[in-house]
Amino acid sequence: MLVQQLINGITLGSVYALIALGYTMVYGILGLINFAHGEIYMIGAYLAVIVFGLLTVSGITAYSLPLSVFIVFAAAGIFCGAYGITAERIAYRPLRHAHRLSPLISAIGMSIFLQNYVMLTQGATDKIFPYVIPPSGVTIMGASLTYLQMFILAASFILMFLLHLFIKNTRLGKAMRATSQDKRMAGLVGIDIDRIIAITFVIGSILAAAAGIMVAMYYGSVNFFIGYVAGIKAFTAAVLGGIGNIPGAMLGGLLLGLIEGLGAGYISSEYKDVFAFVMLILVLIFRPAGLLGEKISEKV
Amino acid sequence: MIKNNLFKYLFIPLWFGILILPFMGIKGAVFTAIAIGAGWGVFFFLARLNILRLIKFELPFRKVHVTKRNAWFANAALLFISLILPNFLNNYYIDVLTIAGMYAVLALGLNIVIGLAGLLDLGYISFYAVGAYTYALLSTKLSISFWMAIPIGGLLAALFGFILGVVTLRLRGDYLAIVTLGFIQIVHIILKNWDSLTGGPNGILGIARPRIGSFIFSQPIHFYYLILIILVITIAVVNRLNNSRTGRAWIAIREDEIAAEAMGVDTTRMKCLAFSLGAFWAGITGVFFAGKFAFVSPESFTFMESILILSIVVLGGMGSIPGVIIGALTIIILPEVLRGFANYRMLIFGALLIIMMVVRPQGLIGSQKRKVELHPHDEKIYLQEMESLYDVEKG
Repeated sequence: MLVQQLINGITLGSVYALIALGYTMVYGILGLINFAHGEIYMIGAYLAVIVFGLLTVSGITAYSLPLSVFIVFAAAGIFCGAYGITAERIAYRPLRHAHRLSPLISAIGMSIFLQNYVMLTQGATDKIFPYVIPPSGVTIMGASLTYLQMFILAASFILMFLLHLFIKNTRLGKAMRATSQDKRMAGLVGIDIDRIIAITFVIGSILAAAAGIMVAMYYGSVNFFIGYVAGIKAFTAAVLGGIGNIPGAMLGGLLLGLIEGLGAGYISSEYKDVFAFVMLILVLIFRPAGLLGEKISEKV
Repeated sequence: MIKNNLFKYLFIPLWFGILILPFMGIKGAVFTAIAIGAGWGVFFFLARLNILRLIKFELPFRKVHVTKRNAWFANAALLFISLILPNFLNNYYIDVLTIAGMYAVLALGLNIVIGLAGLLDLGYISFYAVGAYTYALLSTKLSISFWMAIPIGGLLAALFGFILGVVTLRLRGDYLAIVTLGFIQIVHIILKNWDSLTGGPNGILGIARPRIGSFIFSQPIHFYYLILIILVITIAVVNRLNNSRTGRAWIAIREDEIAAEAMGVDTTRMKCLAFSLGAFWAGITGVFFAGKFAFVSPESFTFMESILILSIVVLGGMGSIPGVIIGALTIIILPEVLRGFANYRMLIFGALLIIMMVVRPQGLIGSQKRKVELHPHDEKIYLQEMESLYDVEKG
C-alpha cells in the first residue's frame, strides 16, 4: 500500500514538476505568474489525442508505435511552443512596463480564452486517448509499477536533465540566467531580452506539452478544464521549491505528488486537492521563499 | 519595402491559421485565417486614419464642473429611472436587471479590495458562498428569518474575509492571487463533500423566501426593489469610504505599500479591513441570492463566477463606482442581447480582459488617480494631472 502510493505519487509528481518548470522559469525572468501555462499543458494533452488519432487513421501507429509516439511528442512540442510564444506576444509583451496587476489580469484572460477556445472547437466531453503502452508492469514489494509509469518517470527525468544541461552549459542558458538576475544589466551587455523571454516561453511550453501528453496517456482521457487544476498545483509545486529556482521546481513537484498520493491513500481521496492548496498556504505563510529559494529583501 | 509589408501582413493570418489547424481542421483554419487577415486589414486601415485614438476617449462630463447640486440631480434622476423602469419590462428582463444588481453589489465589494486597496483577491466568490449557505442553513435548520440572516451572513463573510486577510498579510500581489485561488478551491471542495452539512453536490433546497408580516417576496419585481435598496445602500457606504481617511489609506497602500507604511498607515489593519469590508457585501449578496432562488449548490460558486466579477471591475474601471455599475450592467446584459453567442460568452470575457489591459487599463470609466498610475510613462496624462493640481492650488 505504502509503496504503491509512493510510486503513484512520484509519477504524478514528475508530471507536476515538468509543468512547474515553465512557471518557475517565466517567474524567474518576468516576475509574472503565467496563468495561461496550465492551458498550454491542456492543449498539449489535446494535441496528443488529435495527432495520435491522425496517425492511427493513416496507419503509422500500426507500422511503428515508437515512431508515432515520437511524432506525437514532436508535434505537440512544436504547436505548444507556438501557442506559448503567441500568448507572450499578445498578452504579456505589451504590458512589460505596466503596473504589476495588469499582466496578471491579462494572463487570467488568456487562460479563460484558451480554455473556452478548446471547449468550443473540441466539445465539452472527455476525449479518449487509447492505451498505447500495455497496462502490465513489474511488481516491486507487492506494488505494481506499470511500463507506462516507468516511461513517464524516465521521460520526465530525461527532459529535466536536458533542461539542466541547457541552462548550465549553453550560451542561451547563460543568457537566460543573466536575464533572470537583472534584466536591465543583461540588456546592457548585449543580450536581446525580448528574444530570451520568448525562448523561455517556448521551453516552458514544450515541457508543459510533454506533461500533457503523458497525462493523456496515464489517465486515458482529457478534458478542457484539466489545465486549471493542474496549473494551480504546478504553481504550488513551484512555490514549494522556491519560485524562480529550477531545481526547486523539480523537488517541489515530486514532493507535491508524494503528499497528494499519501494524502489520498491514507486520509481521503475526496479531499485530495485540498492537501495541495493547504500545503501552498502553509508554505507561503511560513517559508515564502520556498524550500530551496533564497530570501530576497525588498528594495525600497 | 512593399514586399516586406505584404509578408508581415500575410504572416499573422498564416500563423494563426496554423495554430488553429489541429483544433478546427483545414476548413476552420482557412476560414479563421481569412477572418483574421480581414480584421487585421481593417485594423491597419483604421490605424492609418487615426481612428484608434478614439479608444483613449475621455467622457465629456469630466470637463463639466461637477457641483454638489448637479451630482445630486443626476443621482436623483438615475434613482427615479431605476424605480419606474420595471413597470415597462416583462418579468424576464426584471430578473436580468436583478441579477445585474446583485453583480453590481458584488463588484462594488470586490472594488474595495482590488480597486482601492490593490489586493488581487480571486477568491472573492467564496464569501458570496458563505453568505448564501449561511442563510440556507439558518433558514432550513433554525428557521431564522431573511432579515436576521442579512447581518449574520454579512458579518460571517466579513469574519472569513478577516481570516483570509490575516493569513495572507505577508504575501505580495501575485502570491495573494494564487492563495485566494486555492482558497476558493478549498471552499468549493468542502461544500461539495461535506454532505451532512451542505447537502454535497445537490445543495440545499426549500430555503424560505423573505417576508414582512404576511407579505411574501415572490414576484421578480419584489426582488428587484430589494436589490435596488441594497445597491443604493452599498453605493452610499462605498462612496463615503472612498473619500474617507480609510479610503485614502487604501489608495496609498495600493500605490506604494512601503511608502504608505513609512507615512504612518497601519497597513496590517487596513488590509484586513479591506478584506473584511469587501467580504461583507459579498455575504449580504449571498443571503439575497439564497432568498431569491430558494436553492443553493456548490456550482454557483466557482472560479468562473469570480472571474465574472473581476471582469466587471476591470471593464468598468478599477476604483470607480459609476464604472463598476456600468460594468455590471454591460457584462450581465450583453449576453442576453447576444443570445446567439451564448457559448462564446466566456471566450469573449477572456479576450476582453486581455484587450482591456493592453489598450485601456483604466477601464471604461476609470478613476483619474488610477490612470496616472497605470500610464506612468504617458506624459500628457501626467501634465494633465499636474494642471488640475495647479487649478486646485490657484483657487
